Order: sequence, then C-alpha cells, then structure tokens
Amino acid sequence: MQAALQISGLKKTYKGGFQAVKGLDLEVKQGDFFALLGPNGAGKSTTIGVITSLVNKTAGTVKVFGHDIDNELDTAKSFLGLVPQEFNFNQFEAPIKILVNQAGYYGVPRLLAYQRAEKYLKQLDLWDKKDEPSRNLSGGMKRRLMIARALMHEPQVLILDEPTAGVDIELRRHMWDYLRELNAEGITIILTTHYLEEAEMLCRNIAIIDQGLIVENTSMKALLAKLHLETFVLDIAPTKQTPTLAEYPSRLIDDHTFEVDVDKSQSINDVFLQLTEQGISVQSMRNKSNRLEELFVTLVANNTAAKVKGN
Amino acid sequence: MMVSFRNRVALASILYKEIHRFMRIWVQTLVPPAITISLYFVIFGSLIGKRIGEMGGFDYMSFIVPGLIMMSVITNSYSNVASSFFSAKWQRNVEEMLVAPVPNWVIVAGYVGGGMCRGILVGSIVTLVSLLFVDIQVHNIAVIIITVMLTSAVFALGGLINAIFAGSFDDISIIPTFILTPLTYLGGVFYSISLLPEFWQGVSQINPIVYMVNAFRYGFLGISDVSLTVAFTVISLFIVTLFTIAMVLISKGIGLRS
Repeated sequence: MQAALQISGLKKTYKGGFQAVKGLDLEVKQGDFFALLGPNGAGKSTTIGVITSLVNKTAGTVKVFGHDIDNELDTAKSFLGLVPQEFNFNQFEAPIKILVNQAGYYGVPRLLAYQRAEKYLKQLDLWDKKDEPSRNLSGGMKRRLMIARALMHEPQVLILDEPTAGVDIELRRHMWDYLRELNAEGITIILTTHYLEEAEMLCRNIAIIDQGLIVENTSMKALLAKLHLETFVLDIAPTKQTPTLAEYPSRLIDDHTFEVDVDKSQSINDVFLQLTEQGISVQSMRNKSNRLEELFVTLVANNTAAKVKGN
Repeated sequence: MMVSFRNRVALASILYKEIHRFMRIWVQTLVPPAITISLYFVIFGSLIGKRIGEMGGFDYMSFIVPGLIMMSVITNSYSNVASSFFSAKWQRNVEEMLVAPVPNWVIVAGYVGGGMCRGILVGSIVTLVSLLFVDIQVHNIAVIIITVMLTSAVFALGGLINAIFAGSFDDISIIPTFILTPLTYLGGVFYSISLLPEFWQGVSQINPIVYMVNAFRYGFLGISDVSLTVAFTVISLFIVTLFTIAMVLISKGIGLRS
C-alpha cells in the first residue's frame, strides 16, 4: 500500500540554535490510524509544522502520497487537513464563515462549501452555533470547529495535534467515535496526544519521539506486547486478614483494596484460586495504571539515559 | 496570465473575508471618516477657508476637497490591511491560508484588494459628505478613478508590509503616526506646494503623496503642481516596488513561518 506520509532525515534548527528535530525518519501507510507520541518539547509539533509547511525545515525530505513538499507543495497541501493544538481561527468570525472561507482557500466553490459546512457542522453538533461569534463557543466546541474546518476540502490525511486537550470525557469519547468513522471511510489519521489511553484506544501504529528523534516505531499491538508486568487493583470484601499469594508480588493497600503484580507468563486465574482458598471475595478488578503510559515513560527514560551515557 | 479556477476561488474567498470584516465593524471603519471630513469642512472650509480666499484659482473649500478625499483613501486602505493582516497573524488564523495551496500572490492580492475596497468605499462616502458642503466639479473622471485605484493599492501594500513586520499592535500604529500622517499633511492636501519656498518645494518632490493628491486634484479641478505623467510613473513605481517586497517577505515567511 502507498505511503500517505514519508519523512526521511528531517532536521529543524530554529534561530538561536535550538535543534528541535535531529534526523527523523517516519512512514505512515495510507488508511492508517497513527499515533505520534512524545513528551513536551520532543519535536512533535515541529514535525507537524514542517509537514503542513508552517515551519521551514533545515534538512530532509517530506512526501505526501509521493509528492515532495519541496517540489509539489500545493499538491501535497491539498492532501492534508490540519487540526492544530491551539485555536487558530478568527475569534470574531462565525463558524459557518470560517468553514466556507477555508474551503475557498482550497478552491472549493462557495455553494458546495456551504453544503459541506452544513454537513460537518451537523455531524459535529455545531449547527445551532453556526452564526455565533466563535469566541462564544466552549473549548470542546472550538476543538470540533477546527476538526470541521480541516475536513472542508475532504483531505486524504488528517493530522490532529492534541485534539482532545481540555475536552471532557463524554465529548472526548464522541470525538474518538467520529475519528474512527473518518478512518473507516479511508482517511489516514495521524494523531499526537498526551492522553496515552487515547492512542491505545484509537491507533494501530505508533511512533514515540523524544529529543527530536524516533525512539520507537511499531504497531500498537507489538508495543503493548513488550510489557511484562501488569498491576491489577482488586476491590475485595473488607477483611482484617492479609491475603498471601505464592509467586505473585502483592500488597494490601487498605482493608478492601489489594494490589497484585502479574507477569505475562502467569495466569490471573491462579490469583483468584488462591484468594478463594483463603475465603477472600473479589468484588471488582481494574488495571492500576495506563499500560502504555508505563511503557512510554520507560522508553523516554531509556533514551535520556542513553544520551547522558553517550555524552 | 491564466489564473486557475482554484486560485480564483481562493482570491474571491480572501476578498470576501476582507470586505465582510470591515463591513461587519462599519461603525469603526466607515463612520469615523465621514465625521472627520465633516469637521474638516466646517473648520477649514466654512470658518477659516472664507478668510483664506482663493487657491489655485478656486475657493479654498473646493481646493481641499480632492486632498481630503485622498487623505481618507490613504488612511483607510493602509489601516485596513495593517490591522486585518496583523490580527490574522496575532490570532494565528493566517495559518488557515498558509496550510492551504494558496499562492503568495493570491494572499497579497486578496488583502490588497480588500484594503482598496475599503479605501475606495470610504473615499466615496467622503465624496458624498462633501456634496453637503460644496459643489464638486469633475474635470476628468478617468484620472480620478485611476488615481484612487493606484493610490489605494500603494497604501494597502504599505499596510501589508507593516503588518508582516509588526510584532505587536503598537507596531501597526507607529508608521501611520510618525510617517504617514506627516507625509499626508505635507503632501499638499491643504495648500499648493507652489506656495512653499523653493527649497521646500524641492523637498516636497520626494513625498509620494504630493503626486497622488495632485493627480487626484487634476481629475476634479484640472490643476496640478506636478505633471500627470510623472505622477502616474511615480505611483506605478511604488506599486511595483512594494508588491515585490511584499512577495519576497511572504515567500520567505518573514513573521509567518518559523
């Protein structure tokens, strides 16, 4: 399958000498749902800025569906839709005008632009706000407005930089559903997020970027398979007796909360068997922390340690 | 030059956005020039003008009308683009155009076109207000139209370059306050430069507004301190130079791309 995005040897040094991206290679396949993760200042937004031509690169090549941004910038741009991290629309303008004008910049005739604006504003629950000054919209509405704006020219690749920052849980889940629908329709989606759960829930492939370099680029499945240990939190019927588990590191947090570390090679069934034998009843169970978060922290920490060692 | 359908739609979108912007805030953009011009007419025309007598063979009120119209065209075409483009930079909605396949010349033409529309609309309003105070005669309508179009283009381009460099709202008021206003007042709006001592007449020759005001006045009254050919050549040279500068700045992404 053709690559929707191909980046090789990308470097960006800002005025003043700060090197934000240090030779980044990345490929995103057509139709993928791809996560680009990294701590603050890792180079995610700079990379997105270069792809969308908001940032001038220092070196390297970027191709969108095979079109090099150095030679065929306009063609490359027409494939891309960008939902930036910060609100960047005219706060005094009404959503409908913002959308129709945006479509116009891509050459979409005004009548068709109005039809599309109606479609996307309705899909994203903004239709009743179409004529309000956009500064009056809530944070979640503003985010959805930027998604609608990015879709107006019907791009093949949608790039979202922290799309759900500051959005409440219910709305976030609606946005996830919407993005899944877009992906199912064939739009390649590239997402940066701080909510690692979001990446785990949505994305098939993932790259982790740190200090301007890719430190991991694999499928989500393969990445999660690297986790050896998972901590489960069990809500148990209140007991004064401390449960003891052979071969499972565990601890009693309070009289009804019990934590167990389970290795990949172990079965969780044994935990229940042992607890049942001790007369302890388990009422519910959950993961202690986001698994991806754990892995992410490990990878970034390893990268930093390697850098320090190298120096 | 063939302009593709996509570029025509993009240009129309920027123009529409720009015109819609100044029409939406008409109380700030269209009303003040009408009030200012009325005050000029009351003070300089009716009260002081009567004591001045004739200038260039015309009563003072008739003499200053073209200059006052031109002054409002200059100020409005400049400030429209300066504030609109800087605001787009400041709110970052300029990125809406930068991520799209909009050629740089379309961005320049769209904003300059918007500034010209405001300049010409305000000029028309001021002309209508003038009719309440004085009978306006027209010597050559073509000269009037060409001069107002070219002059508004010069200052719209100037406003765009100002906005590209501006880092704060203060920066878009410095040029109008310290350069544009003095040049306009010394550009022969209120007097014929032939009244000046020879040295200052020479100095006035380097003020581009002298050429614009005089060409415009010629269109109304048939009198001018400078030749029309020289005036149109100077104005056209300014347009070419400023357009080139604006294109280079936007292509390099000065103030727009990091």
